[in-house]
Amino acid sequence: MPVVSLTINGTSVVKDVAANTLLVQFIRDELGLTGTHVGCDTSQCGACAIHVNDMPVKSCTMLAVQADGCKITTIEGLAPDDNLHPMQQAFHEHHGLQCGFCTPGMVMTAVAFAKDNPDATEQQVRRALEGNLCRCTGYQNIIDAVLDGAKAMREAG
Amino acid sequence: MYEFNYQNPASVDAALAAHQDADDGLFLAGGQTIVTVMKQRLAMPSDVIDLNGIEDLRGITTRDSVISIGSMTTHADVAANADVRRLIPALSDLAGMIGDPHVRNRGTLGGSIANNDPAADYPAAVVALGATVHTNQRQIDAGDFFTNLFETALEEGELITKVDFPGPEKASYEKIHNPASRFAIVGAFIAKFRDGVRVAVTGAGPCVFRLSEIEDALNADFQAAALDGITVSSDRLNSDLHASAQYRAQMITVAARRAVTKAGQGDRT
Repeated sequence: MPVVSLTINGTSVVKDVAANTLLVQFIRDELGLTGTHVGCDTSQCGACAIHVNDMPVKSCTMLAVQADGCKITTIEGLAPDDNLHPMQQAFHEHHGLQCGFCTPGMVMTAVAFAKDNPDATEQQVRRALEGNLCRCTGYQNIIDAVLDGAKAMREAG
Repeated sequence: MYEFNYQNPASVDAALAAHQDADDGLFLAGGQTIVTVMKQRLAMPSDVIDLNGIEDLRGITTRDSVISIGSMTTHADVAANADVRRLIPALSDLAGMIGDPHVRNRGTLGGSIANNDPAADYPAAVVALGATVHTNQRQIDAGDFFTNLFETALEEGELITKVDFPGPEKASYEKIHNPASRFAIVGAFIAKFRDGVRVAVTGAGPCVFRLSEIEDALNADFQAAALDGITVSSDRLNSDLHASAQYRAQMITVAARRAVTKAGQGDRT
């Protein structure tokens, strides 16, 4: 069985993993980090979005063995202890969620986007979230949250 | 997902050898289609040969006005590349329109064209720009590469290494996309070279195709008004739950007009 060695939320992990294990299965079932969700089986919904080497990817569309040597961040690793990341805080303040199922993926996508695009327009935010589906909110509060979260990230430096 | 042997070669030669030794080997590029296909148990390779560790297959180089893009270069890297932006901005735009940010961070040029999904974006650029597809054993002209629905000229075990895109005088890509998948319902890539205009349409038929009637009209007069009165037949076009063949036929001229207008505004002669 292949061995995967990676860093997840700052912690080193070395584990045997079957080649046909998806990265999201590894994160949820082997590592117990269930903040990363699975909302579809067609790679469209984005609930499983995480950062691999600081880039947002869909962890349901990557094999766990392909993450060997990578630095992974999941929703659990965005802020230490019980603190909220500025983007999480913005989702909270703008009520950028209803059922919350898509929220971890939305936040992970938004954080990566805001780092690269600190002064993004509403239209750019809408485009950046094209790979994340929400079936509750109608998106408006999510867009407001991302714009505000990006501002908070910028001010926090 | 069915079980398989996972191989992670570091060179093209090692990848080819692994494929040759496998009962039913599968090259894994960005995986943005094939991983989904495998997890739905629609493919059952004995060996998955991951190309992500082969550095030689990544990267973008420019010589004269030709841009060479390694087969394992991601859509995000093509979209962000300064040389692509300068020489073929339409190609940069196209790469930035594929799927969503996550897909663009993993998906690759080689994977897209080898799969030849009828609604994929890249085939339109490859055909309209008259690109050359390089493999481990030969060079294939764009016009000969895409043969039919999900079929290409690639032989079993043949591997795309890079694609050379000649820089046009003007070019533009416009698509009417499916809002859920962002795949093209219809996409039109228009490229104007000194020796003529090529128009390639994706999403509408079983495979990317050129439209000589629109090319002739644009060769005579490169502006949207030149397409007035041209209608495209819906014969042999795709009809599915997203759009009828008649709708697609009409959208071809809409996308083509938009592309010509945009290419004209670019004024990159």
